[in-house]
Amino acid sequence: MASRPANPRTPPRFALVAIVFAGVLVIAAGVLLALALRETPRGAAGTALASAIGGQFQLIDQNGKPFSDANLKGKWHLIFFGYTHCPDACPTALNEMSLALDRLGIKRDEVGVVFITVDPERDTPDVLKSYVQSFDAPIVALTGSPEAVAQAAKAYRVFYAKHPRADGDYDMDHSAVIYVMNPEGRFTATFTPDSSADAIVQRLQKLIS
Amino acid sequence: MAQTAQVEIKDAWARATPGKAENGAAYLTIQSPVADRLVGVFSPVAKKAGLHTMTMEGSVMKMRPLGGVDLPANQPVALKPGGMHIMLEGLNEPLQAGKSFPLTLNLEKAGQKQVEVTVEKAGAAGPGGQAGTDMPMPAKR
Ligand SMILES: [Cu+2]
Repeated sequence: MASRPANPRTPPRFALVAIVFAGVLVIAAGVLLALALRETPRGAAGTALASAIGGQFQLIDQNGKPFSDANLKGKWHLIFFGYTHCPDACPTALNEMSLALDRLGIKRDEVGVVFITVDPERDTPDVLKSYVQSFDAPIVALTGSPEAVAQAAKAYRVFYAKHPRADGDYDMDHSAVIYVMNPEGRFTATFTPDSSADAIVQRLQKLIS
Repeated sequence: MAQTAQVEIKDAWARATPGKAENGAAYLTIQSPVADRLVGVFSPVAKKAGLHTMTMEGSVMKMRPLGGVDLPANQPVALKPGGMHIMLEGLNEPLQAGKSFPLTLNLEKAGQKQVEVTVEKAGAAGPGGQAGTDMPMPAKR
């Protein structure tokens, strides 16, 4: 088979899977949107969906200050839902995102990273503050009441559920997708949580320019 | 000189934990000369240590405790980011890059094995200070 100049960090098969996956997401988003528009009377409370992903939320940041969807305007954003008790994929994703931001150079101020907890019970503003401080880039970390978090997750079509363990502790199952929102606050693209900083930078540079 | 084959444990590492994160994860590669099973772990740095696996079901990430990890004879088994890990729960203090800590592995046949775990910086994707983006992405299932 003729080889093509593939990025050595992105095996062709993975790239294909990613493309198919992205396609499935887009289709799923479209179906969701169609269903939402059809099944919900227009104008019903908060259902005037501009896009299937993204929407109203009202949370507080790691300093206890209110942060809503309105704060997403005027800048590109990478949005990721997770929880601080997650030892593996969540810190990896946040780290790659903050490395990506760093590599954007002069454009780094045009992109913000937002981490929204799906575990508001344990992730208080204080916990989030110390957590995101250790990453190189400034990260906005959001929490709120269980209802407020549920609303944000719903807006972003994020699934999460508590998974209790025999020892009384629990883990969170959650959608692990990095959303790219444009400066109008509209959904633009997704990354998988295992995307490398380089992959994120390359894509962002194209989007921003 | 007769030499009995030993259980080999390599590249034991953990990622520095952000802030006061309660949990951390350690990774290593283990190979046994005979079929064995890793059934438990212990470390003084955390209140609890256990074997876990992280899987993706569609776009949903799930973490589950594992009863044990089978070690086929002479086959290296890798615990690595995006797959199986040793979960350290209730860290007594943050894991700091450059430091190390002891970890005890409990094997069904070989008994207890001690290993020293090196803490890499938060952005590490592997042992020995490999930068996050210099590693291939985790294999997809
Ligand atoms: Cu775990």
